[in-house]
Amino acid sequence: MEKKVRATEEQLAYAKILDVGMKTGLLMLLVSFVVYLSGILSPHVPVRDLPKYWSMPVKKYLAATHIHTGWSWLGMIGKGDFLNFIGIAFLAGVTIICNLRIIPIFLKKKDIVYTIFAVLEVLVLTLAASGMLKAGGH
Amino acid sequence: MVKTMVRRYAVLIFLATILLVVLFMSGFAAASSDATSVPAAAASSGVPWWVWPLVLFVVTFLMGIVAVLGGVGGGVLFVPIIGGFFPFHLDFVRGAGLLVALAGALAAGPGLLKKGMADLRLSMPVAVIASSCAIVGAMVGLALPTNIVQTALGATILGIVGIMLMAKKSEYPDVKQADALSTALRINGIYYEASSGHEVNWQIHRTPQGLATFIIVGFMAGMFGLGAGWANVPVLNLMMGAPLKVSVATSKFLLSITDTSAAWIYVNNGAVLPMMVVPSIIGIMLGSIVGVKILTRTKPAAVRYIVIVMLLFAGSRAFLKGLGIWN
Repeated sequence: MEKKVRATEEQLAYAKILDVGMKTGLLMLLVSFVVYLSGILSPHVPVRDLPKYWSMPVKKYLAATHIHTGWSWLGMIGKGDFLNFIGIAFLAGVTIICNLRIIPIFLKKKDIVYTIFAVLEVLVLTLAASGMLKAGGH
Repeated sequence: MVKTMVRRYAVLIFLATILLVVLFMSGFAAASSDATSVPAAAASSGVPWWVWPLVLFVVTFLMGIVAVLGGVGGGVLFVPIIGGFFPFHLDFVRGAGLLVALAGALAAGPGLLKKGMADLRLSMPVAVIASSCAIVGAMVGLALPTNIVQTALGATILGIVGIMLMAKKSEYPDVKQADALSTALRINGIYYEASSGHEVNWQIHRTPQGLATFIIVGFMAGMFGLGAGWANVPVLNLMMGAPLKVSVATSKFLLSITDTSAAWIYVNNGAVLPMMVVPSIIGIMLGSIVGVKILTRTKPAAVRYIVIVMLLFAGSRAFLKGLGIWN
């Protein structure tokens, strides 16, 4: 049986990137939210109009505000509300980077099964992030 | 794990909170000064826009305290309570719930991995299954009519209450022999138990059954935006036989992967409102800091029953709201 009193090399590498990514993402989110609230960049949906929309199902909200799904927010990051999506996307993307980081370590150890797990995880998360998966409306 | 998080982010969160309060107050002043010029912009109820985000911040702060004291994740409290008693649509609540749980998991993950409490070899096969199924759950949740999701959410929360009341925990489950799959994957380890000063050897069994269960767990996490610590821990601990501390830590780390996949679906389908997400994340993190401090002076068992009562109430509310009985 393999013993692991200390964290393994891949575990430490994963943790290091997760740590930096988490702090960076959280900071980005806070800064962008301050910009949003301060009104430095005008939002796509005025803050005073939000109560009209936040009780709507998402499909109605998107139609009413003329917001498109997927990565279309990238074209709107000049708007105060959409600026926040940089931090959100960063936080949601850190795990992909972490998994990419440990693939070479597993390969170096000739741990083929866990290399496959890491590659599969990257593929699953990338598919989720791609914007290709659209949910039906209600 | 929370203590580590607290030490790392205390200053950042403290400053952010001050900033938030100041900005909300400035928004309050601005809204008050020109309220008469935008009659249609106010909520249909007449409540100014900034009230609900501010209340959300306060409630998530309290939720963060209770979550720590009750030993549950923030996500499981967030969705039924905010979904049941706030004006936000359930689509946005689930999106925010996933990001709240994700932020907590990302913050705790590095420390748990470095200490060897969360186990990457145990996590990875589980994560591939759970994150794939969370995507499906998120898509199904966004496609189904709200009343059906609401009813199912209520039933799930009531089920979680049942699990919390009945499920026993095993500090060191007796795993006489590791099964063939976990042996092949080399899922085992040693961790240092500070309370006893001993190193604890662990291995797992019933791996195929455990992995199969994560199909359901991942699906439900994505569909309801709950996080999934309530299910991860019993499966890892009671079914697969991982020690309780390893199960709790690995579960927390797992959420950073499972919730990531589901969160992307909500982000890409427009079900994320920054005005809900950011106050919630900051509120719950700050609440966790205070919760850890209170934890040393209170009886967690008593708080756990308060959490159970809260979930019972919120779950009943969601269930009856979904059925159109309690709107």
